[in-house]
Amino acid sequence: MSARRIAAEVAAGNRRATEVVEASLAEISTHDGELHAFTEVHAEAAREAARGIDAAVAEGRDVGPLAGVPIGVKDNICQRGRVTSCASKILDGWRPPYDATVVRSLEAAGAIIIGTTNMDEFAMGSSTENSAYGPTKNPVDHSKVPGGSSGGSAAAVGAGMVPLSLGSDTGGSIRQPAAFCGVVGVKPTYGLVSRYGLVAFASSLDQVGPFAQSVEDAALLLEVIAGHDPLDSTSLDVPAPMLVDRLDDGVGGLRVGLCRDLIEGASPEITAAVTASAELLAAAGAEIVEMSIPELHYGLSAYYLIAPAEASSNLARYDGVRYGLRVDAANVAEMNAASRTAGFGDEVKRRIMLGTYALSAGYYDAYYAQAQRTRTLIINAFADAYRSVDLILGATTPTTAFGLGAKVSDPMEMYLSDVFTIPTNLAGHPAISVPAGSDAAGLPIGVQLLGPALSEERLLRAAAVIEKGRS
Amino acid sequence: MSDPTPLSAADVAKVAVLARLNLTDEEVERFTGQLASILGHAADLAALDLSALKVTEHPLELINVLRTDEVRPSLDRAEVLSQAPAVADHRFLVPQIVGEEG
Repeated sequence: MSARRIAAEVAAGNRRATEVVEASLAEISTHDGELHAFTEVHAEAAREAARGIDAAVAEGRDVGPLAGVPIGVKDNICQRGRVTSCASKILDGWRPPYDATVVRSLEAAGAIIIGTTNMDEFAMGSSTENSAYGPTKNPVDHSKVPGGSSGGSAAAVGAGMVPLSLGSDTGGSIRQPAAFCGVVGVKPTYGLVSRYGLVAFASSLDQVGPFAQSVEDAALLLEVIAGHDPLDSTSLDVPAPMLVDRLDDGVGGLRVGLCRDLIEGASPEITAAVTASAELLAAAGAEIVEMSIPELHYGLSAYYLIAPAEASSNLARYDGVRYGLRVDAANVAEMNAASRTAGFGDEVKRRIMLGTYALSAGYYDAYYAQAQRTRTLIINAFADAYRSVDLILGATTPTTAFGLGAKVSDPMEMYLSDVFTIPTNLAGHPAISVPAGSDAAGLPIGVQLLGPALSEERLLRAAAVIEKGRS
Repeated sequence: MSDPTPLSAADVAKVAVLARLNLTDEEVERFTGQLASILGHAADLAALDLSALKVTEHPLELINVLRTDEVRPSLDRAEVLSQAPAVADHRFLVPQIVGEEG
C-alpha cells in the first residue's frame, strides 16, 4: 500500500487512520516475531494518534501530507519518553527528554510512528547483527541479513509492515539495506535533513533519510523531513525541495555517467542490472556516458579512519554520568571504564580503538590527516565528474544479501560491502538505491544513482524512470 | 608520507587506556590482529602524495551561527535527571573525586 494513497484517502475521509494502523499492527504481529525489525512497537500510542487524525478529518481540519501513514523510526532518532538506545546496552532503557526534529516533522505531517526499528549498535555495521537486541532477518530470505546499519527500517518496509521508515546513513547505512531488502532508500545531501536528536556517530558524515516501497513515497517522506532547522548548526539554510510534483518529468537531456569504479567488483548479475538500468535511462532520453573516477577506490580506507576517529570522540560522552549504564567502581576513571566496557559491544569498541589510535600523538598526521586529504581528493574528483555529467549510475553493493553470521568474524570483509556507498558520504552528496531486479536465488538487487549536492529532485526523477521501466 | 610502524599489542593496550576501555589479554590479541588488518588497508593512502591538498574536516563551509541572546525554554531538569544513573540535590552524582588518590 502506497503512503501517498493512504494519506490521500485518509484526508478525504475514505479510509480511517485507525484502520490503517490496525492493518499495520496486524502485519507486524504476523511477521515481526520472526523478522525482528522492531525493537519496540508503540501500539497504544499509534492507535491514539490515529484516532486524533480521524477526529481532525471529521472536523474538516488539515491533516498533513502523511495523514494516517504508519512509519518506523530507527532506534538512534530520539523520541521523547520512549526508549532510544541505538541498540546498545550502554543506552538500554534511556528515554530522551526531547524529540528529534524529524520526529516532530513526521507528527506535524500526520504520520503515525508505529514502532522503533532495530539497527547495528550506534549504526556501526552492515548487517544489523551488531544489535544488543539480536539480529533482524531479511524479509526475502530469513537466512540472510537485511543489511545495515538501518536493517530494521529496511526490513520493516520490505516486509510490508509499514509503507515508510526513517534510517540514517553514515557510509551506506540506508542504501545498502535498501538494496538487500528490495526497497528504495535515499541518503540526502549533508545538511538537508535536520540531525537534531539523531544520536551522533560520525558527525561530518551522518545524515537521516527515508526508506519506502516506491520512489514516489520516498520523495514524499523526504519533502516532509527536509528543511532548515535552527536547532542543527549543520542544517543548510535552503528552501525545502519540491520533489513529488516533478517526479514524472523524466530524464530527457540529462547526461548520466556509467561509472566503472562503482561497478567493478560487483557480481555479474548486479553488473547486468546496472547495465539494464542504463538502458532504461537511455530509452527515456538520457545520454549515457561511460566514465571512471579512480579516486573513489581510496574512499573505503579514508572512511575507516575518519568515521572511527569521529566516533571515538562522539562516544566519549558515554561515561556513566548523565545517562545510560553505570557500573560502579572506586573512582571516576574506573567507573567510566567499567561502564563503557560493560556497555559497548565488540564492533563499537573496535571503532573507538581504531579512532583513538588514528587521532593519537605520532599517528594523527599519518592516518587521520592523510584520510582527510584523501577526502579532499575525492571531493575534487566528483566535482570534475559533475562538470561533464548530471548524475552517476553504479551498483549499490558488490553482492546481494549475505548469510547471517557469514562476516561477523572478519570486520574488514564486512566493511567491503560499503565500498560503493561510502564516497557519497565523504563528499556530502545525495544518492539513492532503487530496486533493479533480483539474482538467481531471488535476492533483491539495488542500483545506485549519485548526484552533486542538492540534486535530489533530479536523482528521484531518474530513479522513477528505472522503477517505471522495470514494472 | 612514510608508512607508520605496525600496530603492536602494547599499542592496543595503551589505546584502550586512552579510550577508557578495559580489555582482557584475549581481546587485546584479537583487536591487535583486526585493527592491524584495517590499518593495513590504509597503506594505499600512505602511498599517495597529497601534500598539495588541504584537509577536509567537514563537507560544508561551516560558519559560526549565533542565535539571538534571549531566554528560551530548555530541557526539563527533572526529566533529564530522571535518566541519569545517580543524582543528588538536582545534580549528577559521581564517585568522589577530591580527597582521594589517583
